[in-house]
Amino acid sequence: MVDSAITADDGIDLSRRKFLTQATIATGAVGAVFVAVPFIESWSPSERARAQGAPVELDISKIDAGQMTTIVWRRSPIYVVRRTPEMVARISGHDDQLKDPGSESSDQPAYAKNTLRSRSAEFLVLVGTCTHLGCLPKQRFDAGELYPSWPGGFFCPCHGSRFDLAGRVFQGSPASINLRVPPYSYPNARTLLVGADDAKGAA
Amino acid sequence: MAVKTATGAPARLPEAAAPKWGFWAWLNRRMPIDEFISSQLTGYYAPKNFNFWYFFGSLALVVLVLQLLTGIFLTMFYKPGELTSFDSVEYIMREVHWGWLIRYLHSTGASAFFIVVYLHMFRALLYGSYKAPRELLWLIGMFVYLALMAEAFMGYVLPWGNMSFWGAQVIVNLFGTIPGIGPGLVEWIRGDYGIADATLNRFFALHVAAVPLGLLLLVVLHLVALHETGSNNPDGIEIKAKTGPDGKPLDGIPFHPYYTVKDVVGIGVFFVLFALVVFFVPTLGGLFLEGPNFEVANPLSTPEHIAPVWYFTPFYAILRAVPDQRMGALLMGLAVASFLFLPWLDRSPVKSMRYRGWMSRTGLTLFVVSFIALGYLGLQPAEGRYVVLARIFAFIYFAYFWLMPFYTRIDPVKPVPERVTYHAH
Repeated sequence: MVDSAITADDGIDLSRRKFLTQATIATGAVGAVFVAVPFIESWSPSERARAQGAPVELDISKIDAGQMTTIVWRRSPIYVVRRTPEMVARISGHDDQLKDPGSESSDQPAYAKNTLRSRSAEFLVLVGTCTHLGCLPKQRFDAGELYPSWPGGFFCPCHGSRFDLAGRVFQGSPASINLRVPPYSYPNARTLLVGADDAKGAA
Repeated sequence: MAVKTATGAPARLPEAAAPKWGFWAWLNRRMPIDEFISSQLTGYYAPKNFNFWYFFGSLALVVLVLQLLTGIFLTMFYKPGELTSFDSVEYIMREVHWGWLIRYLHSTGASAFFIVVYLHMFRALLYGSYKAPRELLWLIGMFVYLALMAEAFMGYVLPWGNMSFWGAQVIVNLFGTIPGIGPGLVEWIRGDYGIADATLNRFFALHVAAVPLGLLLLVVLHLVALHETGSNNPDGIEIKAKTGPDGKPLDGIPFHPYYTVKDVVGIGVFFVLFALVVFFVPTLGGLFLEGPNFEVANPLSTPEHIAPVWYFTPFYAILRAVPDQRMGALLMGLAVASFLFLPWLDRSPVKSMRYRGWMSRTGLTLFVVSFIALGYLGLQPAEGRYVVLARIFAFIYFAYFWLMPFYTRIDPVKPVPERVTYHAH
């Protein structure tokens, strides 16, 4: 960097030169970090994408018992299942075969961190993308549909992850956590609001 | 001219005397054209014992030019966007004059690029070309390979078919397995709450501008590093160690005209095979272009069976062989990254497989078998015996790399000759 012929004897203050060089580099580096911010920030979801991610409503009175309907919220399919008491009964009894029966390391709002993973026993609301790599698990609600001891639930066709009727993942699946539960609420008896923890505000 | 003709060495061509006047001389006083040609081509000495495996470096360069040319023309007709991408590709295929040919050249070129690069990498494994003093050359080459993977992945998303969409979904979600920052990182990469228009548009920008520029820079660095150390050869002998009275390697011949002529033959054969695919089987039965990609992207319908294009399937098979997603993603990353450590994992005193013992030979054979087997398994559904086989071959794959420090050290090697093995034709 510095020519070897130049020494302190030439009347050049080398320590001063070194300090100025390093100070310039340091200032430039800080500036580069600041300049990088707008470019990096530009990749976050735009205002339009955020506005389109607002909560969505569903009339749940139209779902028949034992049936599932899919709505879209934030580009994700949201599975809404109206569970029969018989389906609810099939959620218990296989905790020993699950990876996370108590939803300890899974992703759900506090009100869904229970065995049925829902606000009420009747309605199950899940983000319908596999927690492995985002494929759509298919409904396999009937007992014994996949194999004799199958209690009913969801099966991902991509990599074979299996979930029960509360969206809890079975051992031996590549997915390691239960299906996600989005924030949701019931503004009135027949309406489901996905994307908001209470009837008033967005999540 | 820097190169002097060696007296009594019939292999050397006499250099034409540089003109001292005229337009060419005028140019050369302002830009070192002759000096560059002389130092990098006519005076660049490559080992005289190159064989079949030495076609693939220059072929990769030819395919790169083909991809740039066809890519630029595709950009003139393609419209990135959720609503326009799929239709504009159909427009190219059906209505643009010769559009089908330009697109099939580009899509076949992508697969050809990986075939050529995989053979080029195999050559390096076979003759120990990654060993000192060529570690940096190997590392830069690996970065070329990584850039190529990024380029191919993002290019595959652009037609916005259903496999484009779901392939992007699976690959982008891999970043979600990083502890802590994962979910935020995935949202940042996508620019939306799912794979969307924003994702497609940035992949387009990266695919046509950012990554190709990086790729070109890396290729130039790869060549600079190559011309500094000189090429390895099938005997793994440093030809610079034995020089004639003119200071030129005794076992070397000028790259031009000797190897340019040889490479032209290889390029000719390559394009015959390439044209056969482009004109008769451009999808190669779903291997080069997958069936589900002829349907438009649908976020609410996963294809029955998601598989990447063939060149990623060995790594995809490793990802799916692991029952835990974070470990799976980690091992997949390690499967690619293992190549980077090769120069330091290999402790053999000789470079070329010609003089190595049965251990290195068995190791390389098993590695090639497991790489191909994993490539096949990555195309199959992840169930039953396919998963068991993928685990076995993934184990062999990693054993090749990470047991290398042990088996290459005790491998019974043969003596390496002083000069390269060469028979005049």
